[in-house]
Amino acid sequence: MTDATSQMITTADGKPLKAALAASLAVRRRRAFLLVAPLFLFILISFIVPIGQMLFQSFYNDTFSKNAPALVEWFSTHPEGSEIDESAYAALAADLAQMKKDRTAGEAGTRINYDVSGTRSLFTSTARGADKFKPPFKEAILQVEKKWDNPNVWRAMRSASSPFTLDFYLAANDLTRDESGKIVPVAEGQAIYKKLMGRTLMLSLEITALCLLLGFPIAFLLSSLPMRKAMLLMILVLLPFWTSLLVRTTAWMVLLQSQGVVNDLLVWLGLVRDDHRIQMMYNETGTIVAMTHILLPFTILPLYSVMKTIPPSYVRAARSLGATSWTAFRRVYLPQTLPGIGAGGLLVFILAMGYYITPALVGGADGQMISNMIAMHMQKTLNWSLAAALAAELLAIVLIFFWIYDKLVGIDKMKLG
Amino acid sequence: MALPVYASPLERLWHYTYLVICALILLFLIAPIIIVIPLSFNAEPYFTFTEKMLHFDPSGYSMRWYDKLVTFGMQNPEAERGAAFWWDFWHNATWMQVTKNSIIIGVCATLLSAGLGTVAALGLTRPEMPFRKQITAVLISPMIVPIIISATGMFFFYSGQWLPIISLSGGVHMEWGRLAGTYAGIILAHAALGIPFVIITVTATLSGFDQSLVRAAASLGANPRTAFFRVVMPLILPGVVSGGLFAFVTSFDEVVAVLFIANHDQQTIPRQMWNGIREQISPAILAVATILVVISIALLATVELLRRRSERLRGLSPR
Repeated sequence: MTDATSQMITTADGKPLKAALAASLAVRRRRAFLLVAPLFLFILISFIVPIGQMLFQSFYNDTFSKNAPALVEWFSTHPEGSEIDESAYAALAADLAQMKKDRTAGEAGTRINYDVSGTRSLFTSTARGADKFKPPFKEAILQVEKKWDNPNVWRAMRSASSPFTLDFYLAANDLTRDESGKIVPVAEGQAIYKKLMGRTLMLSLEITALCLLLGFPIAFLLSSLPMRKAMLLMILVLLPFWTSLLVRTTAWMVLLQSQGVVNDLLVWLGLVRDDHRIQMMYNETGTIVAMTHILLPFTILPLYSVMKTIPPSYVRAARSLGATSWTAFRRVYLPQTLPGIGAGGLLVFILAMGYYITPALVGGADGQMISNMIAMHMQKTLNWSLAAALAAELLAIVLIFFWIYDKLVGIDKMKLG
Repeated sequence: MALPVYASPLERLWHYTYLVICALILLFLIAPIIIVIPLSFNAEPYFTFTEKMLHFDPSGYSMRWYDKLVTFGMQNPEAERGAAFWWDFWHNATWMQVTKNSIIIGVCATLLSAGLGTVAALGLTRPEMPFRKQITAVLISPMIVPIIISATGMFFFYSGQWLPIISLSGGVHMEWGRLAGTYAGIILAHAALGIPFVIITVTATLSGFDQSLVRAAASLGANPRTAFFRVVMPLILPGVVSGGLFAFVTSFDEVVAVLFIANHDQQTIPRQMWNGIREQISPAILAVATILVVISIALLATVELLRRRSERLRGLSPR
């Protein structure tokens, strides 16, 4: 026995079997990887890297630091708390003069403006006469613009003097720094992002709950009907799934308008008075109704594929042992559908968190989600760093739920139709 | 789902209530899609059924919105409907141009994602594939990452000047160009967004594939190439096609990436709809919606037929 194990097993051409196996396995592994490699590279370059590049902007913004080298130099030699003296103003004057020449005062001012509002004009107006400043610079500059005295402006410039900053994450969480650099919440009226994030989570949860509530009976019906009938009804579920998102959103806009079909029907039935038509669109209701409709197939399909595998004999056995139909459903059937509920619910929640088009079209003011705010900062206010910080937070939440999905369901179990 | 004979009256009552609830939910699912169809034939510029439409009076219905779709953007919409009119339509009508763009972008993006995706799915389903889970997660991510984040990322990426372009104007020289505002840029973006659907569908098909068929082919003297094209390919083709259809629909329906990286020349159908809905919503949008619903019915029918064929080929369905 000991002889057999100690003796090396070799292949026909004399190589040790273990090594030959390992070599052939390595070849096969490399082959499999080479098949995947082109697509992996494609996604990496055209998808993952761009997103990384975008997120990089959330903590890297050099629009001030690259345009104000003298001030950057002054801040690096003078630690926090040092007096804003003549030398600081001299650096400011030098930078402003250079900004005037390069026409970059607006760009640099915008970066400080994100922190202390109203400072962009401070930069542009002072830079206009910057080449005429004579020493002593402090008096000269303060004469033009009194606001340079504000320690908060200097605190903001110090913070912006390094291109790496967490300022935008503070802003995305409704926080700011006070004059001494301590982190404090922003003024009551300006706190919007945390509320919006909360609303996005809340709306997504409500939509997920509604989808499960409406999807469960349908999936149950489909799984208990004979194949032929189920296939017919399945078309009613799959048709919305294959219909353009914009078509479905338009359809809901048409239905929900105050002069639309639903209101007309309610008036005709006498449930609503003609002059008191219900406002169902351009608010939260519109977003919830349209998104539930759009995402419902994503709960029905996973629930259905799980329910199809549950043998009906279990419930029958429970009934024969004396359980009422409700107990049999609750104690025997429902627990077996949990994987489907988890898969469908998580998928809908993940997709709902990132919705943009439907809230933008039917959401009005209070049906907007975090995606709409990111789009606004990208397209209107052009505060790309703040947009990136908000995007990073949204992405983090989505990826956490994707990870949970992977643990509970497994991404390789994902199915469509 | 027949009621068992031993059901109590209360259970019977619940059973019928349940059926009614199901009918209502199915109505909720399908009604919004169906209702746009008659409304698109409205003779009045309203989004609801007029008195005449409810009485099935032919004068309550008209093709005016479809007419508007055809003539919108044309140079001479009043012309006689002859060859000159249709020439004008083909070259100038706005909806014709966006349809062409949608088809060009959709087809190219689909070919790219279905090609790369199928090859990758072949690798991913091999048992010896290293880091399978992690790589699948990366390949699926375009479906999971919120579209606004993907679109902004692509916006920065495609706005960067790193694309070498060989210019022939004034002697041959190379310059750096950007992908934003080109067909290539949108095709690449849409291909990335469509890949998860191809991966999911083709891996699902391949997981039901009997690997011993390949060995059987090899034992009968087929080389790997022949085995692939004569044995594997015909069996997984339905999966590939339905994955490709998913990718096509994704591109055909995508508006956010187009919003961020396309310029005026690459407007697509959904982008034009987005304009129409945001600015002045008119029943002409419903005419577009109706056409798109008809297209999606055709696509759904194709996918269903493919799925049944694939199941029959694999001997799964009891016919």
